[in-house]
Amino acid sequence: MTRHYQAIFIVVALLATSCSRTVGVSVIVPKATAFGAAIVESSGGKQVAQTGSLLPQPVVVQVNDERGTAVAGALVEFSAAPGVTFDPPNGLTDSSGQVTTNVSLGGMAGRYEIVASTADKSHKKVELKLEEIALGYQQTLGRHLNDLYCERCHNPESTVERVSNFDNLEVKPHPFTEGDTLNKIGDADLTAIISHGGPALNKSALMPAWGNTLSKSDIQALISYIRAVSDPPSRSAGPVYAKN
Amino acid sequence: MKEKLTSLWQKLFGDSVRAFGVVSLIFLVSLAIAPAKNFFSEWRHYQHGYLRMIRNRSDANTLQRHFQGGIQQIWLPELGVVDRCTSCHVGLREASLTDVSTQPFRTHPAIPHKLDQFGCTVCHRGQGAATTLSEAHNSTLAWEQPILPAKYIESSCGECHRGSLPGTPQLNQGRNLLSREGCVHCHTVKLPDGTTMKADDDPPSLSHIADKTAREWVFAWLKDPQAYASTSTMPNFKLSDDDARDVSAFLIANSTPQAGDTAALSAKASSDPAAGASLYGESFCASCHAVQNAAGNMVGGDVGPELTRVGSKVKPGWLQAWLRNPRAYDTGTAMPHYRFNDGQVATLSGFLLAKADSDFLANVHLEAATPEQIAHGKRLVSDYGCASCHEIAGIKKPENFAPELSRIGSKPVTQLVFLPGMQHTLPDYIATKIKQPRAFGQGLKMPQYTFTPAQIDSLTTALLSLNDRSNTLPPSLAVAATHESDYQPAGKAGKLMTDLACFSCHRINGHGGDMAPDLTWEGSSVQREWLVQFFKNPGTLRPSLIRRMPRFNLTDGEVNELTDYIMTVYQNPAVDRESMPLSGYSQGEVELGKQLFYGKYSCQGCHILDKADKGYIGPTLTHVGSRLTAAWIYQWMKNPQSLRPGTIEPNRAMSDEDARALTAFLISQKGGGKSSAAKAARNDAPTQEVAKR
Repeated sequence: MTRHYQAIFIVVALLATSCSRTVGVSVIVPKATAFGAAIVESSGGKQVAQTGSLLPQPVVVQVNDERGTAVAGALVEFSAAPGVTFDPPNGLTDSSGQVTTNVSLGGMAGRYEIVASTADKSHKKVELKLEEIALGYQQTLGRHLNDLYCERCHNPESTVERVSNFDNLEVKPHPFTEGDTLNKIGDADLTAIISHGGPALNKSALMPAWGNTLSKSDIQALISYIRAVSDPPSRSAGPVYAKN
Repeated sequence: MKEKLTSLWQKLFGDSVRAFGVVSLIFLVSLAIAPAKNFFSEWRHYQHGYLRMIRNRSDANTLQRHFQGGIQQIWLPELGVVDRCTSCHVGLREASLTDVSTQPFRTHPAIPHKLDQFGCTVCHRGQGAATTLSEAHNSTLAWEQPILPAKYIESSCGECHRGSLPGTPQLNQGRNLLSREGCVHCHTVKLPDGTTMKADDDPPSLSHIADKTAREWVFAWLKDPQAYASTSTMPNFKLSDDDARDVSAFLIANSTPQAGDTAALSAKASSDPAAGASLYGESFCASCHAVQNAAGNMVGGDVGPELTRVGSKVKPGWLQAWLRNPRAYDTGTAMPHYRFNDGQVATLSGFLLAKADSDFLANVHLEAATPEQIAHGKRLVSDYGCASCHEIAGIKKPENFAPELSRIGSKPVTQLVFLPGMQHTLPDYIATKIKQPRAFGQGLKMPQYTFTPAQIDSLTTALLSLNDRSNTLPPSLAVAATHESDYQPAGKAGKLMTDLACFSCHRINGHGGDMAPDLTWEGSSVQREWLVQFFKNPGTLRPSLIRRMPRFNLTDGEVNELTDYIMTVYQNPAVDRESMPLSGYSQGEVELGKQLFYGKYSCQGCHILDKADKGYIGPTLTHVGSRLTAAWIYQWMKNPQSLRPGTIEPNRAMSDEDARALTAFLISQKGGGKSSAAKAARNDAPTQEVAKR
């Protein structure tokens, strides 16, 4: 009888182990060898990427002491809404006081707040908040159209491949990050300006009419992109911070 | 103990009435389990939560009206979709719920498809028929396809859309990488439309490699291709020193001299760095070739190989012969035959040979190869499938060298081998396999690539789209890709165009590169005299472009041959060159055109016509009257995209009068003087400098 119980127990145990698929993920947190007083951004804030994808540039933060000099060996931990992943999620500052991490945004479109934190000498948490922007399908399409048609005039920055036309225009166009102005213009008015050109709203004729070149859904996509990257954020389009 | 049990039995089942009562009771309770389970089910919990959430909203009445309780289902038999996701994701269709961030109540972000036509699992995967969260989202014993992580979601677009889409950059990039990085040399990818994916890189033939370079370089290159050129697409096979020694021995011993390649050259490489740099610049080598500058940045294009250390690689004689006529060594090369004279070959080869890195070969010392080493090298070359990519004399291109990937996106998880610590999902398997192919076992042959994490995600996305669904799709749903045409120009001019590698940059009739303008209708577009002058001295038409067409030192006969061919063959049927004259428009029309140009249409925002204009986007128009035909300008004003699909000039839907007046005004812009076209090229020089700022 007991033999039977033993056999049943072994079978059950085997089944249980073969069914469990959880892979143990142990987070190894290194031990801080030094403490700073402040944490500042070196680079990587305000980037734009597609939902779920890697930011084009890594996020780099720096830990400083009271006098503003870099601290090596301080522990920095990154956190954000669920769905955002960091590679690595924590690390000790290098000789120049910096920690670099690659960030993948979550699956929801919107803004993500990324928190980099370190402990100071009295073990109090010091935080730095960065903002990154995730684009959904429609905004990604809008970004593509922006790169093709709009950016040459509306983006004052030049790149190697694209010389900006911004400085050449007598009436300056609004960069799409200019939320203070653009957030006040409703979707209907933006649509009118894009479809019929600047004069539709008594603005400059240097802004041509795109209504015969871009489809209605193209223009919607463009507006959704403009709303997504505006700074300060546009509130009409939904919650400012995405959660998963 | 026994008495107790007996008395209990007696109490419950002592007589038939008692037994009947008790059995009925047990039966009733067991029947009640099902409704209770249903009442406490997960989806009901979420639906209650949804109703609680909408109660306090201003649009509660509308939302309440739209709400349907109970299990919801989207059933699409031809797609094999039974999706009950909307039972919990109640607000998916509600446009007003964009401000809700709690799941499962968020509205679906805007996409071009309707939920009721495609369901959910077609794009998101997961188990559609499930009614609990864990069964729907995760893989279970009976269902191994979990929800697709958001970063790979574009792979689902690729199941139906076989060409590139503006809204799916990651999928497009992944598909490009599959052919650009040469994955499909070894892995066959049969696309759902019946075609086989073709590689888009051009690995050089190794049959004459000893003409080009020395064995030491081959050894160092095999050991670490990226040490020679960081942009190299050749992967690292992680060969041991002995293996690299033997492979290099075989390749050099196997090489035969290329006829015509060893022609004696009168010129010696001359070291005049200033003249070399200026010839390198004038010839626009950087449009295709990159060189790493002192700051570590790559400067130049990626059509040809990187030249940072080219002096450590090539033999001077080979380089000079190559510069003289690259087609003598490689008939299919993308490099144009420049027609450099002896002096230019000497200057340019001297300049390129100085781009050497003495450290690169410093530690490579190879003894003369033994026959055993050569034989072993040959075996290694076959084993590693080198001939899948490179042409190697005496070695046949292996068939199906690596596993076929035509349906990799549906590969059962049970057939996969995972590394410890890895998530047991197909996307993770593919991504890790691309990232570190040799980690999966001893003796694996797939080499190590140097992909960035973003490139790995793109490749994984493209591979996931090659699945069962994409191959079994109802034909009505498939959106076909436009394949590159195999257009080839005919006759003498056609041969000349191949020799000049026009198609490396220009596109004609759906074939060719995208670096330079599409020339499909060039014959309708430009005036003959302008084209002749342009061939003799190409200038840039766009002030903001760094690249421009190089000068090929063509003879008058060659120029005429090309011009005649272009003017006769590349004609658009909708543009009748004779329909509108090149001069003789009334002053009134010209004046009206000028007003429209600067006023209503504000063309100066993008174009330069007068010195005061600054537009940087479109071509300079100061000499447009001696460049374009009037009929082309008119048609362009009416609808630019009809002549060049995808051009960024907006279609202004002009009236016939406006278009005619603008044509009259533009055609009057001859740039002054009779030899205006020649001047046009010269006058463009100052704007070049602006572009380089």
